[in-house]
Amino acid sequence: MASVCFYFQVHQPLRLRHYTVFDKNDQYFDDYKNAAICRKVANKCYLPTNRLLLDIIQRCEGRFKIAYSLTGILLEQLLSFSPEVVSTFDALAETGCVEFLAETYYHSLSFLYSRNEFLDQVNKHVETIQSFFGQKPRVFRNTELIYNNDLAALIESMGNFDALMTEGADHILGSRSPNFVYRPKGCSRLKLLLKNYSLSDDIAFRFSNHDWSQWPLTADKFARWINAVNGNGNVVNLFMDYETFGEHQWEETGIFDFMRHLPEEILRHPDNNFKTPSEVIDSYDAVDTIDVPHLISWADIERDLSAWVGNAMQSNAIHELYRLEKKIKSIDNEKIKADWRKLQTSDHFYYMCTKWFSDGDVHKYFNPYDSPYDSYINFMNVLGSLNNRCSKHLAADTEALAGQSLGGLQKAGTPVGLKA
Amino acid sequence: MKVFMLGWEFPPFISGGLGTACYGLTKAMDQLGMKVTFVLPKIVDTKYATHVNLLAPVFQTTSASQFGEMKNVKFHAITSPLQPYSTPDIYRRQIEEILRQKHKSHGVTLPDADDAAGPTDYNSNLYAEVHRYAILAAQLAATTDFDIIHAHDWMTYPAGIMVSKMSGKPLIVHVHSTEFDRSGQNVNQMIYDIEREGMHAAHKIIAVSHFTRSIIISRYGVPGDKVEVVHNAADHNGGWNWTSSENTVIRDEKIVLFLGRITMQKGPEYFLQAAKKVLEVIDNVRFVMAGSGDMLHRTVEMVAQLGIGHKVLFTGFLRGEDVQKIYQMADLYVMPSVSEPFGIAPLEALNYDVPVIISKQSGVSEVIKHALKVDFWDVNEIANKIIAVLKYPPLRETLANYGNFEVRRLRWKDTAQKCARIYEEALAAG
Repeated sequence: MASVCFYFQVHQPLRLRHYTVFDKNDQYFDDYKNAAICRKVANKCYLPTNRLLLDIIQRCEGRFKIAYSLTGILLEQLLSFSPEVVSTFDALAETGCVEFLAETYYHSLSFLYSRNEFLDQVNKHVETIQSFFGQKPRVFRNTELIYNNDLAALIESMGNFDALMTEGADHILGSRSPNFVYRPKGCSRLKLLLKNYSLSDDIAFRFSNHDWSQWPLTADKFARWINAVNGNGNVVNLFMDYETFGEHQWEETGIFDFMRHLPEEILRHPDNNFKTPSEVIDSYDAVDTIDVPHLISWADIERDLSAWVGNAMQSNAIHELYRLEKKIKSIDNEKIKADWRKLQTSDHFYYMCTKWFSDGDVHKYFNPYDSPYDSYINFMNVLGSLNNRCSKHLAADTEALAGQSLGGLQKAGTPVGLKA
Repeated sequence: MKVFMLGWEFPPFISGGLGTACYGLTKAMDQLGMKVTFVLPKIVDTKYATHVNLLAPVFQTTSASQFGEMKNVKFHAITSPLQPYSTPDIYRRQIEEILRQKHKSHGVTLPDADDAAGPTDYNSNLYAEVHRYAILAAQLAATTDFDIIHAHDWMTYPAGIMVSKMSGKPLIVHVHSTEFDRSGQNVNQMIYDIEREGMHAAHKIIAVSHFTRSIIISRYGVPGDKVEVVHNAADHNGGWNWTSSENTVIRDEKIVLFLGRITMQKGPEYFLQAAKKVLEVIDNVRFVMAGSGDMLHRTVEMVAQLGIGHKVLFTGFLRGEDVQKIYQMADLYVMPSVSEPFGIAPLEALNYDVPVIISKQSGVSEVIKHALKVDFWDVNEIANKIIAVLKYPPLRETLANYGNFEVRRLRWKDTAQKCARIYEEALAAG
């Protein structure tokens, strides 16, 4: 039996506007650019792909299943700039063939820096998905599939999830195959789904590469590769960015035609089927334990965190950001808190990556900045402004407090460290 | 391959990028075993040359040992007051100074080294001197064996054309800057005409950047297939002994450096306007302007007008060890050039682990990614970036580390090899 499990990551960051040290207002995000990109991606990817997958689901009469993880900040943007996309996702949810996963609302790296913040964001995302699509997510995926044993333990302790997913990296699998369900080390109940990166990347990255020996990739060829898993695996996890369709791989590459024909080609083999992640874990037992003491992700060849926190600027920026947490949470201002959280989106740190900068490659495509340095400077200027706002609020709060105190009492001294 | 190279100043008397480029390129050619006859005008500068030098013969063959270990390079100095970056105005003042010095020398009659066109016969005419230089170079070429002629910047183009006509060997002109870079839209017609003639007479043109290549094509009407881009490189001898403790001064003031000729092309006023804005935000910073030039006085006045005199320091023209010292002291180097064909100085700064902010209107920005890049006119953004570098150590560190690594990959040997390939193409084309 070979089940195919499609999961698509759907996300757009809120890009910052050009913000210099001389800027004084609290408009940090580039509404114009974000709206333009959101509409562009909606037209090139979200709308046509949603329509296509809805067609396939109807045509296959429920035998085609998929899963999505939509970030909270993407949903916010869609509601503002392309609400029609939300209704097509809703139509997909109505079919009963589509599962929605949980993640951090802000597509953040909070798991690495603040467990409290992480839990808040996961819960906020679960509530959002529930209110939009009427499903309570059972499966969790962390930002960029960042994962280790601690994450699994934390997710299991939350009690509301049955599985989580990560990259099927060679060094965690050893000689084992990603095409089975596993159990994270230290967990008794939670199951782990591993991305089959080889077959996933054939679609997501190599599909239009003319230098690739397998080009052109056709639906029946891909189906043959899936058939080959029969007998030595239970499930092929095809995890990829949703923007693969129409955005990373343009329509002209034939990606939509490929996808249109793929389900029937796969279903041609009687032992094949499609399952959502929840169905996969309900159908298959964990065959072994996976031990991941060190953090992994689905990025680059290294499958590590170096794309987000690999250089001094990145780690400085992210540490400074989370250093604000206490301050932010001690003041009661939703706008400030929301801004702080929007700055946590992993993309902001990805833009600062110097790893491939000299060669200029895929990282560049997704980057609104000319250089990682520009992105760091911009981010730090915004963070500086946010910090000033916090300090002002705190000072105001303290004053108000002092004002309320009894007239006979001496005015309390300003707590130390508030002057910024 | 034997090259007749019409070049410029050599160490230790280097006044700018042109000399540095000639030196780096020639040294690398020597190492590649290419035979170079290097012809350069000998500076008749009152500061360095006594009247005794004026007695020297017109041609001086200098032993290569004086310029380090160059086995394959022969140097010929031609007595001439030509200097890189000269303009008719600078040239006139220079000649006047030479004459003044001559009169002072206690009535000693100075025999004219060259009766045909001794300094007194110039009529302060740069044009005449450029052509006199061409004749002398052609005389020298008549007794020299070479395959190809390589001329650096406009003052040597007439010499290159003349040598090429007489010898029948192909001419390569190497464009380190154009009149448009130096003078903006107020071009000197005579200089433009000489540049244009040199470019059109040349068999191949080497541009120091794509930036310059496009000026050559659009402003001088040269067909694109004739113009090749060969970027400059950096010497890596510097920057080694810089950790010596005598230079490590603990100070609470950051230093932002402008190093270059103080002239319109280098954008000194944008540096100062940015400085003014920086000082509105942070105080513990000093701006150092190292160099001299025709805009020096105006720049000093501007500092006063902006009211930042206590924060700006002028060092005058620096050479040798002083350059090294100033780089070692600097926290940041800024090059806000209005139009910079290449710009070697930022590479030197990175060599000393000093991060750089460079103008987008520069050739060097084509080869360095690990630099902050700005439009020269965008003083707000220049200030924004200066503040960021001074405020955030991780930014400074990352820029310096990656930038230094990047500069190490730019080798004069590659530049020399590209030139050699262009020589071969020119020779093959006949």
